[in-house]
Amino acid sequence: MALPEVKQTATEARLATLTMPEAGCTRAAREDALARVLEMGLPGRRDEYWKYTRPDTLISAEQPHAALFHSDEPLLFGNLDRLKIVFIDGVFSAEDSDDLELEGVNIDRIEDICCKDIHWAKELYGVLESRGQSPVQRPLAALNTAFAADGVAIHVTGKPTKPISLIYRHASETSDAMLHHIIRVESGAEVTVLENGPAASRFNKCIEIDIADGGTLHHVRAQGRDHERRAATHMFTRLGQESVYKSFTLTVNGILTRNEQVIELTGDDAIAHVAGACVGDGDFHHDDTVFVTHDAVNCESRQVFKKVLRNGATGVFQGKILVKEGAQKTDGYQISQSLLLDDDSQFLAKPELEIYADDVACSHGSTSGAIDETALFYLRSRGVSVKDATNMLTLAFLAEAVDEIEDEELAEAIVNRLEGWLSRHI
Amino acid sequence: MLEIKNLHVKLEEEEKQILKGVDLTVEAGKVHAIMGPNGSGKSTLSYVLSGRDGYEVTEGSATLEGEDLLEMEPEERAAAGVFLAFQYPVEIPGVGNMTFLRTAVNAQRKARGEDELSAADFLKEVRAKAKSLKIDADMLKRPVNVGFSGGEKKRNEILQMAMLEPKMCILDETDSGLDVDAMKLVAEGVNALRDEGRGFLVITHYQRLLDHIKPDVVHIMADGRIVKTGGPELALEVENNGYADILAEVN
Repeated sequence: MALPEVKQTATEARLATLTMPEAGCTRAAREDALARVLEMGLPGRRDEYWKYTRPDTLISAEQPHAALFHSDEPLLFGNLDRLKIVFIDGVFSAEDSDDLELEGVNIDRIEDICCKDIHWAKELYGVLESRGQSPVQRPLAALNTAFAADGVAIHVTGKPTKPISLIYRHASETSDAMLHHIIRVESGAEVTVLENGPAASRFNKCIEIDIADGGTLHHVRAQGRDHERRAATHMFTRLGQESVYKSFTLTVNGILTRNEQVIELTGDDAIAHVAGACVGDGDFHHDDTVFVTHDAVNCESRQVFKKVLRNGATGVFQGKILVKEGAQKTDGYQISQSLLLDDDSQFLAKPELEIYADDVACSHGSTSGAIDETALFYLRSRGVSVKDATNMLTLAFLAEAVDEIEDEELAEAIVNRLEGWLSRHI
Repeated sequence: MLEIKNLHVKLEEEEKQILKGVDLTVEAGKVHAIMGPNGSGKSTLSYVLSGRDGYEVTEGSATLEGEDLLEMEPEERAAAGVFLAFQYPVEIPGVGNMTFLRTAVNAQRKARGEDELSAADFLKEVRAKAKSLKIDADMLKRPVNVGFSGGEKKRNEILQMAMLEPKMCILDETDSGLDVDAMKLVAEGVNALRDEGRGFLVITHYQRLLDHIKPDVVHIMADGRIVKTGGPELALEVENNGYADILAEVN
């Protein structure tokens, strides 16, 4: 079917600004992805899946602009022993990165997976993204597969002693970057992957994660604080039997963020938890879009998203749990909540369940509310100032999401970031 | 200590007068009790003194050691020495009881120009005070009042009072929802705080709390006014004959 003219034009204009990397063995996957983009077209305002978030500035051909954020706060995860992999405006920086050597894991740049003949990587690149295009189209992810110029392939075969930390620095105020990572966690292996930083003025990032039977991946991410930055991210995760995926995202500032999580539980007894906390002010727009497919028996999925919004900020949540026929004993949970600190801010939520098995427990809930005046008075009556009381109640509201982070040190780092935002804004 | 003169209060949202000229003076070192039937304005008085939103003072004054309470924000009143033990202590999920206590203690110290308590000193003090109220370590760690029984909530109020060492303690129906043992424990906590520099205003429906916290003065409140004031014997009179006789007498 031919695309509508507006969409066709916008897609062509954007494609004209991009060059597909040479990269030998991913070339076929990239060509396939480009074909998907041409067939779907880039997202437009009329697309149901983009009803609450305007995609215009994510796909425009013009160079994006975003001033850099400056802060005196200590670096996030700064004191943590971790393996650092640094990208500046979307380009790997060997100089700023650690040696990519760590027991239990092999790390290579995507551009090297061909010359090194890394089979698993060649077989994964673009595959989960392609699977994730149905039943809902995700053209920005296909665009990423086709054009991402950099990224790493992480092969986890053991239990590395420290986290792998992907650091995204933003240096140019007009940078437009795409990164594509692939991660394979082997049977019984376990790893923690951290991500932080704004990456670029406009950032399109895709990660494909394949977790084999009994593998575990912990993911904690903090998106950059540059006020005008834009980001569209996708994480496609496939889980094998008894495998575990736990992901947490913190978003502080950013004019536009769309985070998609596409999770497929394909082995029995697998567990997937995704959580997010965001705090935004003014023209902040934040969209969490999650799609969890249960396609095996006795799996557990959990979505916990909390948003604090003020001064006209907007939060979006589109979360779906799809339980396929035969996925009995599914335990699916989904909660999305917003704390609106004034009447100008808004939260748009679309929780969905679609269930084709008859022996499952699935629940979803979504709420929007203001600060609890009774609790505020209670705190004030004990001598706590309005500002401190509001901060305490705001952090308490976010706690349920932050508590999803298992590692206490990481959770504390996240709480510090939130406290920093609160002290600047409330 | 606390001086209330001709206090008139109405609800902010509607034209309903609740307090219609309350006069009351609580001296330092004294325990005053206020009794009265439902709807007489007892709880409203406690809220107005502590600064809760939703009430409008249309006439009269309330001062603590000469300072105008009605001009202050709730946290300023707390720093000045007012403490309200809530009839229904508020549950605050996500805020640890200990964190809350420490923030409150240090906020008040700061407002009064005193140094903040160190973590170690605070811990030592809170443990000792919690122990005498039979509050265990687990209750201190849990979120404020969340999942606490009625008795635990009230004991937690008294713990806060003990930590904050206010000048003027207002207890709003602290006996409600307590069994006899819990009431004794709470009363002991209150009695331990009685001293010459501190005033108490104990609001209650029943005489039984006053068996444990012996008042110096008992007031009967009805229809937004103090209608009768007497000694502890007045509470016994209420206990034996109800409010009807007293109200008939003053009308």
